[in-house]
Formats: sequence, structure tokens, C-alpha cells
Amino acid sequence: MKHTMMSGKASSAPAWRQETGTAASRWFAVAAAVLIAALVVLPAYASRSLIQDLIFVLTMLTLAQLWNVIAGWGGLISVGQQAFVGLGGYALFGATVLAGVDPLLAVPLAGVFAAIAAALVGPLLFRLEGPYFAIGSWVIAEVFRLLCAQFKPLGGGTGVSLPKSALMDMAGLQWVQSLLSLRPAAARDVVVYWLALFVAVLVTACIYLFVRSRYGLALVASRDANGAARSVGVRTERIRYALWIIVGFATGVVGAIAYLQKARISPDAAFSVVDWTAYVLFIVIIGGVRTMEGPIVGVLVFWALLYYLAQFGSLYLLTLGVLAIGMMLFAPKGIWGSAAARFGWQAFPVTRRLFRK
Amino acid sequence: MVWLDTLVQGILLGGVYALFALGLSLIFGVMRLVNLAHGDLIVLAAFIVFVVMTSFGVSLAAAAVLTIALMFAIGFLLQRLVLERVLGDDIMPPLLVTFGLSVVIQNGLLLGFGADSRRLQAGAFETLSVDILPGLSIGVAPLSALMIAVGVIVLLQIVFYRTSLGRAFRATSDDPQIAQLMGIDQRNVYAIAVGISLAVSVIAAVAFGMRANFDPSIGPARLLYAFEAVIIGGLGSLWGTLIGGMVLGVAQTVGARIDPEWQILAGHLAFLVMLFIRPRGLFPARQP
Repeated sequence: MKHTMMSGKASSAPAWRQETGTAASRWFAVAAAVLIAALVVLPAYASRSLIQDLIFVLTMLTLAQLWNVIAGWGGLISVGQQAFVGLGGYALFGATVLAGVDPLLAVPLAGVFAAIAAALVGPLLFRLEGPYFAIGSWVIAEVFRLLCAQFKPLGGGTGVSLPKSALMDMAGLQWVQSLLSLRPAAARDVVVYWLALFVAVLVTACIYLFVRSRYGLALVASRDANGAARSVGVRTERIRYALWIIVGFATGVVGAIAYLQKARISPDAAFSVVDWTAYVLFIVIIGGVRTMEGPIVGVLVFWALLYYLAQFGSLYLLTLGVLAIGMMLFAPKGIWGSAAARFGWQAFPVTRRLFRK
Repeated sequence: MVWLDTLVQGILLGGVYALFALGLSLIFGVMRLVNLAHGDLIVLAAFIVFVVMTSFGVSLAAAAVLTIALMFAIGFLLQRLVLERVLGDDIMPPLLVTFGLSVVIQNGLLLGFGADSRRLQAGAFETLSVDILPGLSIGVAPLSALMIAVGVIVLLQIVFYRTSLGRAFRATSDDPQIAQLMGIDQRNVYAIAVGISLAVSVIAAVAFGMRANFDPSIGPARLLYAFEAVIIGGLGSLWGTLIGGMVLGVAQTVGARIDPEWQILAGHLAFLVMLFIRPRGLFPARQP
């Protein structure tokens, strides 16, 4: 169904009602709640390898949602988000290895660390306009990679592992072990899985609420017409800077979760542009930029391709690259965006529609 | 003398970085496109030169000329068949397409040639050096790279300001719609610009491939150096880009002199400091 604004009589009384939800989206909300509940109890039934796969899928999904919000809605097209993944991972290792903090507590601390870094480099990066911002963000990620490679207490260029003692004494581990009668290593995967699930749901929900709020509208306005948005009183600079820092925080948290599961970190892996940005971009492109459903669809396609093609290494990346270019050329809205345009689907309704009262 | 040597080496290295940057700067200037695959296209050019040399047994110069023609054609077709479809008001599609292209080229080269590093053999030319001061000798190859960079800039300046093609470039850059109304075929102008950009990349690839090893993974780093040279020099100024490349080169050699591990980091930090104190670069051509 199409709802268009009837402009002819717009000058009469402001008898307009704004709506974003649709009937389908209300059903979707119920289905989503059931799905989340199923994912929460899944570790009781699933194999360890499925849990590990899902940790990867959930972290990728979260990164894709985060990139989609700064690049798609915010117009800050960063190809350097691996900076914050890496810093989050390194902060986690720093806090646990050097300061003896519990890994679970170190996860939010890692987010704070990444947010501080984002706050510091933001003003510098924002001096670069549009496309140059993209390469500038990449430079920043390289700088952090090289700095971490110089940081000898965490192994310099070769990296470091989490000490076994820190992993064994992790908060909540004993409880999960006895609850699901698992060995410590498997129980740690379950803890990390729940953490990744929690963050994925929280980030998705926050982005949804944000995009629907007046701040989300202001963000889109500052992307589409910066001058016009400023002239009607939108503080475009401030809203972008705040978003940049918050996304930096969440990206750092995801990095910490990813490296808590890997239990080993090195600068080349933690700041890898392929692992943390190329994959994320491909997921968003394949699923659909500027939609909340796109990253979810994209990550499922990505996971399926990974299952069949991962053993081919370079060929897998080559295929993903060609697929992404093909999507941009022939279906720039992505799988979900194209389907939504044709059938009017909206699982996360973010489009504002006007009705007469 | 050690520091003078470091300085001279840095300036010579700057010539290579300027060559990296010219192609990037050119297509940004004409069509506001930032090509994230630029570094990988340079590496691709180096591999093509390498293959032409080894399989036909021709000299480096002959292989370079052949590759320049080939890369011009690739650039022309790349614009007409791929980039043209995504250029528009929205800056995201071209960025994502060129980023995808970067991944495709990198992994394609990895599949074709493996991860081994290669070098372009230039015979005795590689090791020749001249003494410019007692105790200070410089390699002929790095010196000729700098001179080639200067030559390419002079050539591009002539094309831009003395030919009808250059007039078409500048007109399209200022206002594509009006330029089109005046009878300029915008599609061909853009395609020629990308073609020239890739042709210049071949020269960059040769200058670079003679003095250092290359392998499929090094493209992104070349892109970052090219970008830093452009921003340090100031957008829209080719001579500024040369100076920007030199600033970057000197920062890297000075960093490497202090500690070899600091070479790349020192270059990036010099760029960030410049961005902090002179965000518009040393010689910005356009006023805000």
C-alpha cells in the first residue's frame, strides 16, 4: 500500500496524523520476541560449533547495524571502523592481562576506551569532507594498528593470549558450567554467546528507537541537506559527533566480545580491514543499505556463503567483492531494500507516513 | 651528513608518492570520485608490467609503454561499464563499488600470483648512483623517479591548461550540466580522465616496483600514501601534491632513521599533524 501526502489542501488546518507502524510490522515484533527467546535458550540444545558460528554471526550483525547507522543514515562513510574493533579488543586484553580486571567487566571498559579514542580523533577526521573522510578513517585505523604493534607489554607485533587464569575465573562461568553441565571452554563460549546476543539485540533496538526519534530525523536531514538542516536549527555537527562517539563505544564493545572468544589478539588481525570492514560493508550492501532489516538478511547470506566457500580463501573474498559490486550496479537497495520496495514490507518501520485525521 | 642523506632520500621517495597521488587527484578533480581501488590498480599495473617483461622478454621501458596503453583502456572501460552507473549526488555507491573493486583486485592477484613478493628488474640501472657531494651519493633510479614525477606533472599541467581536452576537464569539473549543454560529451570526458589516471598509475608502479618489492596485499597502503600526499599538498594543486609527497617521504625516512619500525607510523603522524595545523593543505587551489 502506498501512502502519499496530499499536498493540495496542506494549507488548511494541520489535521495530520503521523504513523510509522504497519500491521505486518506488529506481527513481526511478536515473531522477533519469540526468535530472541529461542536464541536465549539455544545453548541448552545446540552444539558448541553452532554456538561459535552464532557468536560470529551476531558480532558481524552488530557491526553491520552500527556501520549502517553512521554511513547509511549519518552519511559518515567510514572504512576505518576496524580501528574501534581493534582498540576494544586491545583494551580488553590490557585490562585483563595488565590490570587483572575480570574479562566480563573489561568488556564495557573496552567500549569506554574506544569511545574516548573516537572522541579524540573525531574532530580531526571531520575536517575531511565526504569521500576523503573514508580514507582518513582508514589512516586512523592504521595509526592505531601500528601503535598497538609498538606496545610491547601486549606482545608488540606478534600479539598476546589471554592467561588461562583470567579465563577460568571469569564471572558467571561457574554458574553456566553447572547450569548446562559443560566444560569450562564450552561454558565460556556460552557466556560470550549470550553477551553477543544481548549486545546485538540492544544495539538493534537502540538504533531502531534512535532512527524513529527526532534525533534520527535530524541526522537524516543533516546527511541529505546539511545547509538546510542547519538553517532550521538542527545542530548537525553536534549530532554527528555524538553518533560517532556512541558508535565507537558499541564497536569497541563488539571488538572486546569477539576477542574474548578468540582469547588471542594480534595487531594485524584486530585491525584487519578485511575482517572488520570489508565483510561488514558487503553484508550491508547485499542486505540493503539504510534499512534495519538489510544487515539481518545480509548476514544470513554471508553466513551461507561462508559455509560453502570459506575453504577457498581468496576465492571467497573475490566472490563477495564481485557480488557486492553487482548488487551496487543492478540492485543498489540490496535484497531487502528491493523486496521492500516491491512488496511494501517493513519489519522495522522507520518511514514516517502522514494520514488525514 | 646522515641527516642530509635522510632528507635527500625522503625527497626522492616523495617523487614516488607524488606519482601514486597524481592519478587519485586527477579523477577527484574532474569527477569528484575517490577511487578506493587506486592503490590496488597500481599494484595490478606493476604485475602486468612484470608479466609482460617475463613472458615476452622485452625491456622494462617497452613493457611499461605497452602496459600504459592497456591500463588506459581498462580505465576507460571501467568508467563506461561500472563507475558511470553509480556516479551521482550520493557519494556512497561509488565509494562502495571502488572498495569492492579493491578487494576483488587484491584477491584476484593473490589467486593468480600467490603471496610471493616480486620486483621489476631494471638491470644495471638499479644500482647506478651519482655523487652529488663528497660522501653523499644518490641512486639514479630514485632520482629518475623524481624527475619522471616532475615530468608527469608538467605534462598534466599542459594537458589541463593548454589543450581542448583540458578545457573539457575543467569545464566538466566546474559544472557537468552546463559543459554538456556546450557540446562536451561528459561520458567520454570522465572515461578519458579515469584512463589517464590509470596510465599515470603504470608510471607510478614502475617507479615503485624498481626500488621496492611488491605483492598483492600492498595496494591499500599505496592508496593511503597517495591520499596523504594529496591532503598535505592541498586539494586541486598538482605541484602541491608533489610537495605533499615529499613531506610524507621525508617524514617516513626520518622516522625510519630513528627506528625502522617507525617508518610508516611517522608518515601517518606527519599527515595527522598537518591535518591539525593546516586542514586545507599547504597549497590549496580552491578557496572555501
